[in-house]
Amino acid sequence: MSDNIQGKVWKYGDDINTDVIFPGKYTYTVHNYAEMAQYALEDLDPTFAKQVQTGDILVVGKNFGNGSSREQAAICLREAGVSAVIGKSFARIWYRNAINNGLLAIVCPAAVEAIETGQSIAIDMQQHQIIVNNTAHAFAPFSQTAVDLLNAGGLLPYTIQKLQAKTDSN
Amino acid sequence: MPATFAQKAIARAAGLEAVEVGQVVDVRPDRVLSHDNTAPISQTYAKFGQDFIPNPDRLVITLDHAAPPPTPAHAKNHTDIRKFVAHHGIEHFFEVGRGICHQVHSEEALILPGQMILGSDSHTPHFGWLGAFGAGIGRSEVAALWATEELWLRVPETVQITLTGHLSPYVTAKDVSLHLIGSVGADGALYQAVEFTGAGLRSLSIDSRMVLPNMMAEFGAKSAFLPPDELVFNYLAPRLARRTGMSITAAQAAVRENVLQPDAGATYSAHYEINLSAIEPLIAVPHQVDNVKPISEINNVKVDQAVIGTCTNGRLEDLAAAANIVRGKRINPSTRFIIVPASSEVMQDATNLGYVADLINAGAIFGPPGCGPCMGNHLGVLGPEEVCISSANRNFRGRMGEPSAFVYLGSPEVVAASALTGQITDPREVMA
Ligand code: SF4
Repeated sequence: MSDNIQGKVWKYGDDINTDVIFPGKYTYTVHNYAEMAQYALEDLDPTFAKQVQTGDILVVGKNFGNGSSREQAAICLREAGVSAVIGKSFARIWYRNAINNGLLAIVCPAAVEAIETGQSIAIDMQQHQIIVNNTAHAFAPFSQTAVDLLNAGGLLPYTIQKLQAKTDSN
Repeated sequence: MPATFAQKAIARAAGLEAVEVGQVVDVRPDRVLSHDNTAPISQTYAKFGQDFIPNPDRLVITLDHAAPPPTPAHAKNHTDIRKFVAHHGIEHFFEVGRGICHQVHSEEALILPGQMILGSDSHTPHFGWLGAFGAGIGRSEVAALWATEELWLRVPETVQITLTGHLSPYVTAKDVSLHLIGSVGADGALYQAVEFTGAGLRSLSIDSRMVLPNMMAEFGAKSAFLPPDELVFNYLAPRLARRTGMSITAAQAAVRENVLQPDAGATYSAHYEINLSAIEPLIAVPHQVDNVKPISEINNVKVDQAVIGTCTNGRLEDLAAAANIVRGKRINPSTRFIIVPASSEVMQDATNLGYVADLINAGAIFGPPGCGPCMGNHLGVLGPEEVCISSANRNFRGRMGEPSAFVYLGSPEVVAASALTGQITDPREVMA
């Protein structure tokens, strides 16, 4: 994860549930991460998975990711190349799944209000702000762990790295 | 800045002076809970390449979800867990029959006011009854916690709920929970913490208090908190003394040591007030917990099965209420009345007090302490299109067996009254 993220915005509304992010009919049949990207947001916007570019930013309203605990609802977005999800609020389990799978998720209602679809925006991870049309919107800083988790690519590689570092320093 | 309970509890567990809402911090929970899902978690743990668990004392493991095991596959799952427990020398391990994790850890005083417990079970907010911070996490997160002892948490907003008044006869904390979830919706406290307050709380027994935070998982809450008082301290202290061998004086001090109360003037994202005196018996109708109706609107719903049990309503008070309703009567011959005590302690107390005899004489069937049929594993799963009235916390389609079955949720009083008549019944009618 870099300190500065820039990308084109895909903006959607409130209460987007895990079934439209990653349809339930694929949960027990699709195991390949790259393939998951093909179904990202399939039941919300069928053009998304076809047109999304690596580095694009997803901007959503409140309660994004409500419903099931399926981790694919975070993984499919990461695999589709989404660099960050900015939302008014996230369903708790989706949010944890995102960070634990190395997908940056930022709560910033003011930025969501200001952002329009198709716009290019920037996220400054050092200053904890989102820059939209030259206006900065602040968000609460991430802990070092969350940053490390995102950098490592998720909780499992992160935990292995952490234990490795401990062993090496002994 | 005045802080909520969640802010204080997370700050304590993160070793920080204060935290702000929305901040993501690393916490070191006092306990890490897992149950029958310990076997898959141990497989994830094996990938870390570390053959020991630092501080195994923090782990609390209970075999409760499919206990005793109904199939060879379930039995192997338990066998794998026992091997893991023996290998790592995990002391706080509870065998088949001791009861449901949330009930057992409460009875064993394994978690104290102000402490934090994280667990791979969605009803871990349960421990808010005693003023602890409990939250559910994923299985791989439990594995990571075993290995590194810390996990990141986002500091949640808090919804405040003030209880006033007194419950009427045959109205319970279950009805209060259903009232709240039904009127605000199942996402009422999404990603937020819940804090209960108000004079109405003090009139609730320990068993009733446990219902509230347990049910807050169905309100979307990350965690829930009830302010601990003398009743709570006097429940925990002798249990802590019994388990650890410390003196009762030392235990009385220990249970008060980390108490955290929210500050006056803390910021809340929403506030609801509930007058307990105005609550009526309520029913959650299939297949959503927030699909709540007054019992007066539920007419001619025949039940094939009536279940009292689970971490929501399988305690002594619940069995006492049921015994009181069926004593000296016989249940409807076309209804199966299944009772699964939440723990061996509940079973023993209910036996000593004669409730078990009252219930069996009325036609009830007792299952061994544990989760019972709550999530459709065993001991009372439902067949096609069968109808069940249950004291549990979830009525999702297919949860108790066949997807075509119907699960209604209500208080133990409602379940007992319904077992008598064979249809969903207001307990006030059979007691009139
Ligand atoms: S009784 Fe039901 S809700 Fe409670 S822990 Fe067991 S399966 Fe979960």
